Amino acid sequence: MVSFTPTEEQQMLIETIHRYAEAEVRPIAHEADETGEIPAGVLRAGWEIGLIPAALPEAYGGLGEHEALTGVLAAEELAWGDLAVALKVLAPALLAYPVLIAGTEAQQAELLPLFAGDYVPMTAALAEPGLFFDPRALATTATAQDGGYVLNGVKSNVPLAAEAHKLLIYAREDSGAVGAYIVDAGADGLTIGEREKLMGIRGLPTYPVTLSGVRVDAVRRLGGEAPLPYEAILNRQRVALAALAVGVARAAFEYARDYAKGRVQFGVPIATKQAIAFMLAEMAIEVDAARLMTWEAAWKLDQGQDATREAYLASRYAADTVVFVADSAVQTLGGYGFIREYPVERWLRDGRGFAMFCGLATV
Amino acid sequence: MAISFAMPERVERERMMAQALAEGIMRPVSRQLDENEHERPVDFIKLIWPVMRDQQARALDRLKAPPDQEKEKKPRSPYLAMMVQIEALSWGDAGQYLCIPSPLLAGAAIEAVGTPEQKERFLRRFAEGDAPRWGAMAMTEPNAGSDTKAIETTAVLDPETHEWILNGEKIFITSGGLALRESDGIVVVWATIDRSAGRAGMRPFVVEAGTPGVTVSKPEIKHGIRASDTVSIKFENCRIPYDNLLGDPEVRREGSREGFRGAMATFDASRPLVAASALGVGRAALEFVKETLHQHGIDIPYDQPYHKLSAIQRDVLEMEAQLKAAYLLTLRATAMLDEGLRNSLEASMAKAKAGKAVTKVTQKAVELLGMMGYSREWLVEKWMRDARINDIYEGTGQINLLIVARRILGYSSSELS
Ligand SMILES: Cc1cc2nc3c(=O)[nH]c(=O)nc-3n(C[C@H](O)[C@H](O)[C@H](O)COP(=O)(O)OP(=O)(O)OC[C@H]3O[C@@H](n4cnc5c(N)ncnc54)[C@H](O)[C@@H]3O)c2cc1C
Repeated sequence: MVSFTPTEEQQMLIETIHRYAEAEVRPIAHEADETGEIPAGVLRAGWEIGLIPAALPEAYGGLGEHEALTGVLAAEELAWGDLAVALKVLAPALLAYPVLIAGTEAQQAELLPLFAGDYVPMTAALAEPGLFFDPRALATTATAQDGGYVLNGVKSNVPLAAEAHKLLIYAREDSGAVGAYIVDAGADGLTIGEREKLMGIRGLPTYPVTLSGVRVDAVRRLGGEAPLPYEAILNRQRVALAALAVGVARAAFEYARDYAKGRVQFGVPIATKQAIAFMLAEMAIEVDAARLMTWEAAWKLDQGQDATREAYLASRYAADTVVFVADSAVQTLGGYGFIREYPVERWLRDGRGFAMFCGLATV
Repeated sequence: MAISFAMPERVERERMMAQALAEGIMRPVSRQLDENEHERPVDFIKLIWPVMRDQQARALDRLKAPPDQEKEKKPRSPYLAMMVQIEALSWGDAGQYLCIPSPLLAGAAIEAVGTPEQKERFLRRFAEGDAPRWGAMAMTEPNAGSDTKAIETTAVLDPETHEWILNGEKIFITSGGLALRESDGIVVVWATIDRSAGRAGMRPFVVEAGTPGVTVSKPEIKHGIRASDTVSIKFENCRIPYDNLLGDPEVRREGSREGFRGAMATFDASRPLVAASALGVGRAALEFVKETLHQHGIDIPYDQPYHKLSAIQRDVLEMEAQLKAAYLLTLRATAMLDEGLRNSLEASMAKAKAGKAVTKVTQKAVELLGMMGYSREWLVEKWMRDARINDIYEGTGQINLLIVARRILGYSSSELS
């Protein structure tokens, strides 16, 4: 059966997140962007909705609910509130999901319970500095040595690196394949650089990370000896990113729509002019199209089918859509669109980032 | 309910059958029919008629079945099945597809506002017999295109004979000649019973082939979909029975849009299906481009960083993403029809997106293939011409954007025109 209606549980989850996003996230989003800080209380409240804990297997205090579809519904709603907050709330998933998908039993037993309680900052390091990043050709290396591994290289755009208790480091192995390694904060040879200065998502701290001869035990390689299901992990990330982009785009569309109905020029609301109304109509169409592509990719993942094509197209389409929609929103507001007091310019700055975030997940 | 993209097996089977027909029967004569406008796709018509006829018979039988049985026999997804069939047939040839012997848009109007008796009386002919029959819908007039409420064709009731008398001229009517001249078909004609009432005075009437006072003329010579029959129909004191009026004869003035609502309900059903036809043409072009590039050693990867892609690969990925976006919007609007949900917004979204997407995709296809794209030895240039109509009929792109805009803004047609 083809259907576009979420389940009742999903609907309830969407409503819960929406209430949180509206009541707690929206009011602090501007301030967080200006100061670079997200209030701890907002973060805690976001974590308490339980998105990541619910995904854990029951044995580790979760509900075993980790359908990609539920994930994208939640991600859109969170990002509708604010992208930086959404990314910060979800950052621990950068470690939790790979462990869930690919960790050995011992790794799961050790790590998954960490996500069952209060918010604990965790992260992963994939991107590397410089032009033309290609996740298939990582410069960071993991060399087998003395029954363990030694990591060397430089990572960039690592969220929460300075506060994260653990980092999942992706590196090229001797075989040429990519592996992922669990590294504790404060490990010898691990240096966290200065907080990066970005155009958008300014509430989310990101850092360069240098690895010089960081030693990891064999048991800290994700999945033990097994090859890393890199593609599966990245497909999942692409779909989540696409959903986040849809959330930002929808925020911008709704704001512009409401603004255009209220703003009077030439004696009538500007929304009664076709030049504005058609722009809004196209924004609405593109938001829906991007969302449907994201849903389809997530649904395919949940069916256990190869969703590489769908995830790729969805993440690219959503990344284009968010810029188109946020840009149209800026235009709808005219001069006000350019003023930081109004959120649309922030959504344009945040939205432009997806070209990079999705690029990271493009294996 | 849960979000799902799983096509019912029955629908998938219908799609495969339509695709086989498209490949085996339509494609081989596609070029010939394009070069010889007004020639009919006889093989396609002959083969598809029994299929359409039996489908129509089942649909009518369901109407007659008692309510409890009706539920049981009802195919779960009739519109979805239509969507995938139309997409596949249009992949074969959109012009030929439009010659499909069926009530088509006339059927959509009758389904939307007709009584059960009218459905039986007007649609039964599409459910029996060896000779194919066609239906058409006539709204457009020389002075009334996008502005449908401006129609000037009148229907006046003769109090003595209790007949409606139609006068006026309709233009650009798809399958009008097939319906009225070449078969025992019907045309649903929109006319006004009270011009001063504007939209509230508009009503659909069924005119049967052979009715005196009807002249079919001017088969148009077109940019694309050249196998499709597009004609003008003139009504001069054309008398039809009282019961050929679809819907309510009373004109309620106070803000009523009674008649117009019938037209809109028709469009809610027809727009996703027009979008489906557009998608078929788009897919034809995209597949051909990918196949041709493959033969030249260029494949389209879905796992490469953007900066590693060539300009051609980027173009093709963009075409593919655009088509997928349009496809999913169409799928949603169609699935809503099957669920009995109001879909005006979604139908216009799908139609606006699909019309524009396939126009761009097919134009890009011609560009990418260079001489091969431009040459009439291949079908790509034809698909570009065929695709173009989809952003024009059943509401132009602008008109569908207008509908979307009104819905998202909560504006009436007088607030946003
Ligand atoms: C091949 C073919 C088959 C057809 N089949 C049928 C059929 O079976 N039955 C039938 O009834 N009709 C049919 N039509 C007619 C078709 O639906 C109309 O051509 C279409 O609705 C546009 O009307 P128009 O051509 O008068 O253009 P116009 O309405 O004059 O439009 C011209 C331009 O102005 C724009 N425009 C108009 N109004 C507005 C507005 N308010 N805001 C912004 N822009 C606006 C339009 O978008 C368009 O770009 C067919 C047409 C063709 C070409």
